[in-house]
Amino acid sequence: MTISFRRHTFATTLLALSSLVLLPACSSSPPDTDPDTATTTLPYVGARDMQDAPMSSPADTVYTIPAFTLTDQARQTVTNATFKNKIYVTDFFFATCPDICPKMQSAMLRVYEKYKNDPRVVFMSHTIDPAHDSIPVLRDYAERLGVTDASRWHFVTAPHDTIFALAKSYMTGAQKDAGAPGGFAHTGSFALVDAQRHVRGLYDGLNKNEVDRLIREIPVLLKESAESKPQQP
Amino acid sequence: MGVGLLAAATAVYSCSPSRRHDGAQLYATHCASCHGTQGEGLRRLIPPLAKSDYLPANYAYLPCLIRKGQRQSIVVNGIEYNQYMPGNEGLTDSEITNLLNYVQQHWGNQGDAYTMREVSGLLGACNGSDGQ
Repeated sequence: MTISFRRHTFATTLLALSSLVLLPACSSSPPDTDPDTATTTLPYVGARDMQDAPMSSPADTVYTIPAFTLTDQARQTVTNATFKNKIYVTDFFFATCPDICPKMQSAMLRVYEKYKNDPRVVFMSHTIDPAHDSIPVLRDYAERLGVTDASRWHFVTAPHDTIFALAKSYMTGAQKDAGAPGGFAHTGSFALVDAQRHVRGLYDGLNKNEVDRLIREIPVLLKESAESKPQQP
Repeated sequence: MGVGLLAAATAVYSCSPSRRHDGAQLYATHCASCHGTQGEGLRRLIPPLAKSDYLPANYAYLPCLIRKGQRQSIVVNGIEYNQYMPGNEGLTDSEITNLLNYVQQHWGNQGDAYTMREVSGLLGACNGSDGQ
């Protein structure tokens, strides 16, 4: 009895040890194609465009945020050029939103507080209710939130269709919905955009862990921006 | 003996108010997303409920405030707020009572408790009582 027990224990231990050795081999992460980015690098989020290749580079490129022209709370025009050589975090909200917006904006505020003195990072909130959220309303909202410098966090408006088309570009759902609280259905997602107008991350603003992840990933993107060659927007 | 105790405990538990009516649960579901999990509010956008001077000053008005919301400028602890507060037509009178009593007794608040009958009466001012 004793001998067979020992043998049994030995066999079990051998099995356990071999599993430890074999199991890691079962999982494989995709090979890192760029040997220069040994640290984590952010993905490109969104569908790929097919574009004509000027040279012999691959024909499909990553999806780019289209050109936009918006107006912020300081009555300044905001376009893609406003974000040249910068990365930005963006979301969609409306001032009379009863459910997710305060929580979402207070989450955005948390990120903003961490990076408000870093000129390389900018914030932008689009209103999806331009009819109510006039520029004075946006200015008041921003100031009450504690944002006194519009160039650090733009609260922007534009014609309704423009905003909704942009929401789609940033992969944030937003649309009029009489059944939804406040009359608009929208998600609380934040998009992180690099200096080449590519979305590099989507984060659920209502989820603390996701917001923490955004705070961690901004430096990763900043580092990549610093290391990559400057490109035309 | 153990079974008997268990049965007694179950009976007592089922006599207590269901979780759905619980003040803390109601607050978390209907109020926390704007006023914060600790009643802290949000900067000068949304007023705090914690140690708010608005609560004792407006004791009789609070049931209607919860029922109907409001769109006016108010001053809380010396700071002016003007954002829209939505109402809660879906809450019963007793849920509003539990909610108010939760707020009255948390985060440093030491407000008077409401009775259900009192809340139903006060809701008459805004036609907001459902008698439940």
